[in-house]
Amino acid sequence: MNNFTYLRATDANSAVNLLAANSTQGAAARFLAGGTNLVDLMREGIETAHALVDITRTPLADVHQLPDGGLRMGALVRNSHLAAHPLIREKYPLLSQAILHGASAQLRNMATTGGNIMQRTRCYYFYDTASRCNKRAPGSGCDAMEGFNRIHAILGTSPQCIATHPSDMCVALAALDATVNVTGPAGERSLPFSEVHRLPGNTPEIDTNLKPGELITSIDLPASTAGLSSVYRKVRDRASYAFALVSVGAAIKIDNGTIQQIHLALGGVAHKPWRATIAEQLLRGADATSENFAKAAEAELALAIPRRGNAFKIELAKRTIIAVLSELTANEGARQ
Amino acid sequence: MPLAEVILCCKSKTNWSAMTTFTETQSIVLQVNGARKNLSIEPRVSLLDALRDYLHLTGTKKGCDQGACGACTVLVDGERINSCLALAIQYEGCDIVTIEGLANAGELHPLQQAFIDQDGFQCGYCTPGQICSVVGMMTEFGKGAPSAVTKDGTANSELTEEEVRERMSGNLCRCGAYVGIRDAIKQVYGGRQQ
Ligand SMILES: Cc1cc2nc3c(=O)[nH]c(=O)nc-3n(C[C@H](O)[C@H](O)[C@H](O)COP(=O)(O)OP(=O)(O)OC[C@H]3O[C@@H](n4cnc5c(N)ncnc54)[C@H](O)[C@@H]3O)c2cc1C
Ligand code: SF4
Ligand code: FES
Ligand code: FES
Repeated sequence: MNNFTYLRATDANSAVNLLAANSTQGAAARFLAGGTNLVDLMREGIETAHALVDITRTPLADVHQLPDGGLRMGALVRNSHLAAHPLIREKYPLLSQAILHGASAQLRNMATTGGNIMQRTRCYYFYDTASRCNKRAPGSGCDAMEGFNRIHAILGTSPQCIATHPSDMCVALAALDATVNVTGPAGERSLPFSEVHRLPGNTPEIDTNLKPGELITSIDLPASTAGLSSVYRKVRDRASYAFALVSVGAAIKIDNGTIQQIHLALGGVAHKPWRATIAEQLLRGADATSENFAKAAEAELALAIPRRGNAFKIELAKRTIIAVLSELTANEGARQ
Repeated sequence: MPLAEVILCCKSKTNWSAMTTFTETQSIVLQVNGARKNLSIEPRVSLLDALRDYLHLTGTKKGCDQGACGACTVLVDGERINSCLALAIQYEGCDIVTIEGLANAGELHPLQQAFIDQDGFQCGYCTPGQICSVVGMMTEFGKGAPSAVTKDGTANSELTEEEVRERMSGNLCRCGAYVGIRDAIKQVYGGRQQ
């Protein structure tokens, strides 16, 4: 790991100012939260920041109710605390479930909401500095295309990059219509969750639509997605402590067998947490039947592009969508 | 209990300086097993390396150095973390406990005794991390924190074998001593209710 200047921020403004003051062209400065991704990437020589601004002592670590009935979660709330928070468990159990399906208890005690959103891909070639990787070294090529690509993306890929965003938490935030609040050198702004992460296109080196130097301060969840029945299901190579091959998060409201509200997102399939808008559109107002679930899953995956190692993900994603929606329908039936 | 209290416990203490800036070797103070330790380190030194190479507390082990095995598990303000992904400088002012800090006046911690009684190890390399992890797990369980297999809404959730497996999945054992580890946990905490 290269050596670096360590700076400690006391609040959001000092964090933004310290980062700006220590950023020079070509030499990056980074915010340091739980460190579970950044320290790892620095040790591997993939991140080479010359200054780290520690944001863990900023007062951005609380969860509180918003006047409209929604919830605001600070960017520095640890993943384990968020998953255990009574308001999250009561109003947005999908978020709690998704977080608890990620990483390990130790890592969740360190990881933060902001860091989880901003974590980078686990593509093996991105991690191996001897490989060609357009994300790590733009224009160098992509060794994943014809390599071991079992864990790679099937939706929204580009000829430049087929990496996935590895987060579980973000699948829930995508499904639940979260908003991300940021502050930066140019002031404060808010982004709908669907606009935070990018598809790779011709610039896979850019993961998100945050501008350089912008700090996530909090994430909001709206009242409209509170209290829905939900299921998070993660399919992986071992039962715990492994990244998703495919995951599905869904929150639903069914009335007399008709789907009134549906929020559906997938993990492990794309460069961003994948909101299944095509399936949602087909299902909203439709009968909650397995035929309709199958049709919606089919439509959502119609544009999937398989590679040699990951074609199985298309069928896996369809089956997982159907399984989750069937489980939710059974749960709703039992409740009525 | 307000959530901020849990999160900010070590951050709200006063024995750390605001706006620290340094690149070169610096003196910092870490609170380890109840004692204040002075050490001179660069900011890139991990908490794991600070404990092992600078403070000579070699009970905490380095397995993968990338968060994937749990051998480096220590307790910070009572919570278990992977010290390999922690920069030591980030933990100034926090209360750090390692395997060396669990025994009380020469008397083994009940879990240490149980690991011996139940053959909770073979080579012993993962054991310090396993034991610190169980201590952290029981604190989490005692506070009512859920796991991925906890059925929400169930009162008095019990520390079942399924719960132990899920909650301890962050600690791998290359020797496969899992059955003994499970039995050691059962010996001390069996039947515990949340
Ligand atoms: C072995 C292992 C297994 C894992 N398994 C899973 C899994 O199954 N599922 C899963 O979802 N995740 C998994 N993870 C990833 C883990 O969830 C992330 O590493 C973690 O969430 C990152 O959060 P952090 O606070 O530690 O971020 P850091 O490492 O501190 O930061 C990560 C990045 O985010 C930036 N950043 C941090 N906070 C902010 C902010 N407020 N504003 C702007 N930028 C910010 C940093 O500059 C850095 O670039 C695993 C990690 C490991 C090591
Ligand atoms: S898939 Fe993306 S991250 Fe992986 S090697 Fe190709 S360009 Fe790099
Ligand atoms: S050495 Fe830290 S998790 Fe393996
Ligand atoms: S006892 Fe050898 S690794 Fe666990």
